[in-house]
Amino acid sequence: MSDMNNLIKELEEKAHDMRKKIITSCYYAGSGHPGSSLSTCEILSVLYHHVLNIDPKNPSDPDRDRFVLSKGHAAPALYSVLAQKGYFDEEELLTLRKTSSRLQGHPVMNKLPGIEITSGSLGMGISFGVGTILAARLQNKNYRTYVLTGDGELDEGQNWEGMLAAVKFKVDKMTVIVDYNKLQLDGRSDDILPIGNLGDKFRAFDFNVIQCDGHDILALIEAIEQAKQYKDNPSVIIADTIKGKGVSFMENRVEWHGKTINDEDFERAMAELNGGLN
Amino acid sequence: MNNKPLREVFGESLAELGTVNPKIVVLDADLSSATRSILFGNKFPKRFFNMGITEANMVSTAVGLSTCGLIPYVCTFSFLLTLRATDQIRSQISYPANNVKLIGTNGGLSGFGDGATHQSIMDLAILRAMPNFTILVPSDASSMRWAVQEVADIMGPTFIRVPRVSAPDIHQPGTKFEIGKGLVLKKGKDVTIVAIGMMVSYALDAVKELAKEGIDAEVVEIHTIKPIDKNLLIKSASKTGAVITVEEHNRYGGLFSAVLEALALECPVPADWVAIDDHFGGSGQYDELLEVCGLTVNNIVKKAKRVIKIKEKAGYEQSV
Repeated sequence: MSDMNNLIKELEEKAHDMRKKIITSCYYAGSGHPGSSLSTCEILSVLYHHVLNIDPKNPSDPDRDRFVLSKGHAAPALYSVLAQKGYFDEEELLTLRKTSSRLQGHPVMNKLPGIEITSGSLGMGISFGVGTILAARLQNKNYRTYVLTGDGELDEGQNWEGMLAAVKFKVDKMTVIVDYNKLQLDGRSDDILPIGNLGDKFRAFDFNVIQCDGHDILALIEAIEQAKQYKDNPSVIIADTIKGKGVSFMENRVEWHGKTINDEDFERAMAELNGGLN
Repeated sequence: MNNKPLREVFGESLAELGTVNPKIVVLDADLSSATRSILFGNKFPKRFFNMGITEANMVSTAVGLSTCGLIPYVCTFSFLLTLRATDQIRSQISYPANNVKLIGTNGGLSGFGDGATHQSIMDLAILRAMPNFTILVPSDASSMRWAVQEVADIMGPTFIRVPRVSAPDIHQPGTKFEIGKGLVLKKGKDVTIVAIGMMVSYALDAVKELAKEGIDAEVVEIHTIKPIDKNLLIKSASKTGAVITVEEHNRYGGLFSAVLEALALECPVPADWVAIDDHFGGSGQYDELLEVCGLTVNNIVKKAKRVIKIKEKAGYEQSV
């Protein structure tokens, strides 16, 4: 097996493990956003286990790459990958959403190592990312910033302000990744507020637009590499994903945006996930 | 009297600060000529970011800069900052206590000719409700210069309210300002007049009128409305037994509220307000607008005399 095949296998396994952690932590929490978290697993696996220049032992290293979870409701996914990386003990995942837990329903900076910015109220991540790259430029630093947004989240007008700013300031070291799962809380994104051709919209803003399968590890690795090579303007990776990915009865089901996992759901989901990777 | 508009003093102070502190960066939302942040921008173009008319985006971008070790001053009209970007301020600055310096210009009615849409009469109420904020309202050029420099040295969220207009010099050269510490500008025993921002000079004028009638009023300037100087307020109110507050803000949520909150438990003396009576401003000359809104020396005098009467009546009943 080639090194690349080994890497892909390893990252797939990490994504698979994240899914178990997401289901388990949301089950114990009695609430949360499992569907919105499950669609991000491959993206987070590739970023945290392959791309990001980060050191869990030194989470405030000024030279670190920044990851911004703009869609803060995918917190269970972020917590799972941070636990995998060793930012905190995996057992703490079971405190998700509990009183006094560092694992708040949405991520809170300064509470838990590895959280770059408090998020949850949507639409603020791209603008924040622009700021981090402007800071890098002034301080002669070479880190990159990755901002993960949802497609439903793009309803918020501030995203489009942020895109204008990103292009004005040519923050080519920022990459936006859209978790394009086409569902939002109340229904299909096409019904709630049709976004039209997302790639064309980003192109009209002068972004470098890359589209890929958001559950294909190799495609994600290549997309991020392509974004890194692109100069002058920021890039966006529109990652085609499936809400609830990996748990058959949650896939593409809008109600799993934020539904409580009951005992039966939990057993079914874990039985599927424990069956291993297909 | 120093007739330089306080926004000009702000812009000059910011540009001076940029010279001594390389971490200062400035953002504005297409109002740099009006806020006078342009004075910094002209001097330090690489550290100045004109974000266009995108207040929410501007605030979040500033937060990004702050988490990477820089000290952003975020400048626009106060109403735009506190209303257009309220949630960004709440989620990304107030909650995580990020080190962002908000500058709200056209404070109070000082966006006079532009009318009520461009005036900021609820900014203090909004920000006072945000945990972790330090909120400064300078009253003259010297306190403005101090505030602009001082907030750079405090870690955490701060706000400075900047009037568009000029103010008479209030403070003696060498006055020591301290965050969270009020100033007794005139000692007195009959009534405490607590004033903030542009209203401080009106309070001092009212004291002269009251003196003509034999009333000895104390004037306390609150330049930091949060955290407020509770000890000083209690000390003064327990001496005089009567309080009025004077502010260029809606009567709800601003200085009057803050002072009553400070006094309620330990020193609940009769108190009254000179403020905007829960209505909007409008176009007009600044002085005329203050008059229309009741922010006048005469009104301060009238309310001071009334609150003293109420105090005396209460005292009489108590002694009977």
